Parts: sequence; C-alpha cells; structure tokens
Amino acid sequence: MKIPLTLKKLFRRRIVLAAGICLLIVVAVALLANVVSGYDPNDTAVRERLSAPTAKHLLGTDELGRDLFARIAFGARYSLTIAALTAIGSIVLGTLFGLVAGFFRRLDAPIMRVVDAMMSFPDILLAIALVAILGPSMLNVVFALVLVYTPRVARVVRASTLVVRELLFVEAARAVGVSTGRILLRHILPNLMSPILVQASFIFAYAILAEAALSFLGVGVPPEIPTWGTMVAGSQQYAHEALWIVLFPGLAIILTALSLQLLGDGVRDLLDPRLKKSM
Amino acid sequence: MNSSTILPAGTRLDVRHLSTFFDTDEGLIRSVADVSFSIRPGKTTALVGESGSGKSVTSLTLMRLLSRTASTQVSGEAMFTNRAGQTVDLLSLPEAEMRRIRGNEIAMIFQEPMTSLNPVFTVGEQIAESVRLHMGLDRTAALAHALRMLELVEIPAAKQRLHEYPHQLSGGMRQRVMIALAMACNPTLLIADEPTTALDVTIQAQILELMRRLQAETGMSILFITHNLGVVAHHADDVAVMYAGRIVEAAPVRELFAQPRHPYTQGLLACLPAQQRKRELATGQTGAKRRLYAIRGQVSSPLAPPPGCAFEPRCDLAIPPCRDAMPALLAAGPTRAARCIRVEETATATVETA
Repeated sequence: MKIPLTLKKLFRRRIVLAAGICLLIVVAVALLANVVSGYDPNDTAVRERLSAPTAKHLLGTDELGRDLFARIAFGARYSLTIAALTAIGSIVLGTLFGLVAGFFRRLDAPIMRVVDAMMSFPDILLAIALVAILGPSMLNVVFALVLVYTPRVARVVRASTLVVRELLFVEAARAVGVSTGRILLRHILPNLMSPILVQASFIFAYAILAEAALSFLGVGVPPEIPTWGTMVAGSQQYAHEALWIVLFPGLAIILTALSLQLLGDGVRDLLDPRLKKSM
Repeated sequence: MNSSTILPAGTRLDVRHLSTFFDTDEGLIRSVADVSFSIRPGKTTALVGESGSGKSVTSLTLMRLLSRTASTQVSGEAMFTNRAGQTVDLLSLPEAEMRRIRGNEIAMIFQEPMTSLNPVFTVGEQIAESVRLHMGLDRTAALAHALRMLELVEIPAAKQRLHEYPHQLSGGMRQRVMIALAMACNPTLLIADEPTTALDVTIQAQILELMRRLQAETGMSILFITHNLGVVAHHADDVAVMYAGRIVEAAPVRELFAQPRHPYTQGLLACLPAQQRKRELATGQTGAKRRLYAIRGQVSSPLAPPPGCAFEPRCDLAIPPCRDAMPALLAAGPTRAARCIRVEETATATVETA
C-alpha cells in the first residue's frame, strides 16, 4: 500500500518530524511508565519533599515528596487516555450527526440548531458545568469534553458532506442501485476522511489542554489521580519556592499539545490538494 | 421502422404523458410536460434538445433519481418490460424494487466521466460493487467479473487498471470504465445522458462505436440523450426532439433528417454548417459569405411561458393562431408527429424559405 510513502511525505517537513518524534516519546513514556519512572507516583517521601532535580529524582519532587518524573509519566497515561477517548467519542458522534445533517436535508436544521446552541457556550464553561453536575471522575470528564467537541466535528463533517453529496459519483452510485445507507457509509464517508483526521488531531490536543484546565480549576479528575492538570493544580501554591513542580507538568502539556497541533497541521497540508504545490 | 413508435407492442420502455414539476420559491415549474415516447428492444431512441429542454430531467425522472428534497411532482407512466417479459410502471414501483432495477435492468452513464467515479475506490471495486449488489457474487468473483468488463470495453492492460484509482485514468478511459460499470449486470436498457459531451472528438467516436458494438452484442436498448445532431444521425433509430419540456417532433431518424417537420427541428438542422453548404451548392450561391442560420431569440422562461405554442415567439412560420393554445402532437405521417398547427404545410414551407 501507499502508507509508507504518505508518511514519508508527511515527515519531510522537519517541524512535523520533530512533533512526531516528540509524541512518540510521550506515548512511549506513558506506555512504559512503571518501567522508566522507578518510583510509584503516589509514594510519598516527606524527607525529600520539594527536592530540586537531582540524580535520584530526575525532575525533582513535589510538596509530598512524590517523584515528579514518575507522576508525569503516569500522568501521561491518564491525560492521553482522556484525550484519546474524547477524540474518539467526539469524532464518532460528530461524524454521525454531521453526516446525517448534511445528507438528509430535513434533519439538517434541527441538528444544526442544537449544535449552534451548544457551540454558543464557551467550551470550558460548558465542561465545568457538566462535570459540576455529574461529579468529578475520569469518565465524566471525558463525557463532558465529548459533549463540548462533538458540535465542532459535526459542523465540519456536515459542511464536507454537503459538498460530497452533490458530486456525480453519488448519483452514479444511486443509478447502480446502491441503497442510501451504503451510499452514506461506503461512498460519502471515505471521502470525508481528511477533514475528520485533521479534526481528530486538533481535538486530541484541545482535550489535553481542557483536561488540564478542568483539573486545575478543581472540577476535573479527582486529585489522587495524577494527570498533568491535577499536578499543576495541586502544586501551584509551592510554585514560587519550587518552580519545577509546575514547570515540568506544564512543559509536558505544552509540548504534547503543540506537537499534536503541528502534526494536525501537517496532515491537513498533506491532504489538502490546494496546498500540495507549495510543499 | 414501422408503426412500432406508436404501438406499444414489442417495446422496451413506453413512456406516456410524463410530466415533472419542480416546486420552487418562484412557483411551480413544469420542467417536463406530457412527454410520450417509446424505445424498442435493441434499438436506440434519442432525446434531442438544447440545455434546459428537459432531456436530463426526463431521464432522471425515469430512473427516479430526482432528489427527494427537490419537491418534485411526477405524473404519467413509464411501462418498462424487464428481461423476464414482465411489464412494470417505473414511476409507481416501490423504492426497493426500483433499486433492484437500477444498475441491473436499467443502467446509466453520465456526461462527466471526471466526477462520476468515486475518487477513493479503485475502478475494479466500483464495478464489483454493482455486480455484488445485483448478481450476489462474492468479492473475488465480482472482481474477476469486473476484469472481464474492463476487457469488454477495450481498456488496455485491464488487469493493471483494475487496481487503479479514477484520477490515474484519462477522461476517455474513465468513460470506458463508466460504460463497463453500466454494462456489468448486462442491462436491458442503457440511459446515456450526453455520454460524449465532455470528451474530445476522436475519443467521442471511439466511445460511440463501443456503445454500438455492445448494443449489437447484447441486444440492449439505448435511450440516448444529447444535443449533438451529428451523433443522433449516426447512432439513433428513433428521435424525439424536445423544446421547453415538450416533445415537439418525434420520427424515425431518416425521416427526421430528410424532412424535419417542426419549425424548431428545421431551425436546428439549418444551424449546421454542412447543411448550409449543401443549400449553397444546390442554389449555386457558392463562395459568397453568408451568415449561418440561427434561431432568433431565447428559450422562454419556464416561469412565464408564452400563452400558446412555446416556440411561437422564435418561430419564422408563426401565424396568429399559434398564440392561442399549445398545439397537440399532430401526426405528420404514419410514423411521425410534430407539435405544430402548420404541420401540413411544413413539408414544403420551412424556416429558411420563410
């Protein structure tokens, strides 16, 4: 197949390659957290609390003497899991609604008005309200973020569906006797893959930031679960004496989100034929 | 070429009083009005007319492919005789039955080969889809069938092309793929909606020749929709000329070209440079530069049709009664008809002599 060639093209731009490597490292650290960290993320060592980065504690320790590197590594697991579930959930739902709204004109207005209504709330505010109602837990955070990001996906997918459904091959498929469901899934959906992929990468990045923000504000995952957001939130009052406590989880958030955005940009440029020539 | 254009016996498709309306914001538009024609087994009927005359809407109505959201109203009937000899009305068939007919009994090829193939699937997969839907073959068998179809439409290196994507093929090649796709289930009726308009002239000739060969081999009927009179003269058996949603003249092809009886048909033929030269030679006026004949005016808006004959405002033979009512399709001989109240005179009076 052509996948290796496409990947080669994608990573020909150095910034995209750097983003890809960065993400690879984050994912590897998350997967191998118990191997690479050497500490339990919740083990406290009061005597070593607020230790600056040393050979023993690579990134230092927090106010309870927990190893920061271990917490960041395990935090990557939770943060990435939340982001991935959010991305998958909102892509699936958003694609479903967008496809239906774009294809069945009768359902377009009802669906899109609900989408507009949801998008009229500020993202974080809506998520805060939802988690506040549902109670803080990892699944509830995912649920809230899916609700926040589904409308975005639905919009993009609907717009692309409107374009694709008018193309002649859809009519040709109908003329061959293909049923409506099959036309939607087999003929229209594959043509929407590029905008959907791009949305997925952006939502992944947004979700990491949003989870961090929610946890920082105290309405995210419970504080005992180490996510990058809870780490920054829990340690903020010690920031002026031990900058590393917030610096390293913050850097992890920034690097991961930035890498995802860059990768998303790269995918978009690769798939957008109008930009192809400039590459 | 006898009375079969009038008698329904031995017809593949018999369309009677077909009308299609579009409900638009500006009002109800009659896009196709009281259209009747028939197609004989193994023969080609051409629908000729300019853009907006209702040719394509007629074909889409027959296939029931008009978008359900376009608020269309259809009346009339279209009796189709399938392979098994049963006759069904395409316009009143349940959707599920209709889907079994589409692509199987009646296939369609479109004007734009560049956009009528799905860009994300190989051509083999697209041909195989139709075969799997209608003939129930599995993936491997369907692909093998697709390969045979590509060979049938004379695509070189068919085995390799099978696994290529539409963008890797030229326009003519794609139209061959479209034909292969249409022929995949061995249809009894092929609707060809301007199949060669987007192609250059040499490719056009090849595609038409291919269609003619396939027709001779399979005995399918063809409904040929075009505005190209030259193509009609060579490839059609019967012709129906459409103007503003109505058939204005219907005749076997030889009769139509030898002696057009409706002023619009006369005008169309007079527009051809070859016809002009023939006239000049006949009258001895060679050499002198003369303007090519053109039908004056424009097609009237479907929202404000003229009170009488739709062609009256542009007609060189118009007389005051033409403004009173839309003429019926009047017999102009045993096998032909024209929608003109002066049809008795048009054998001698033509738009050019007027």
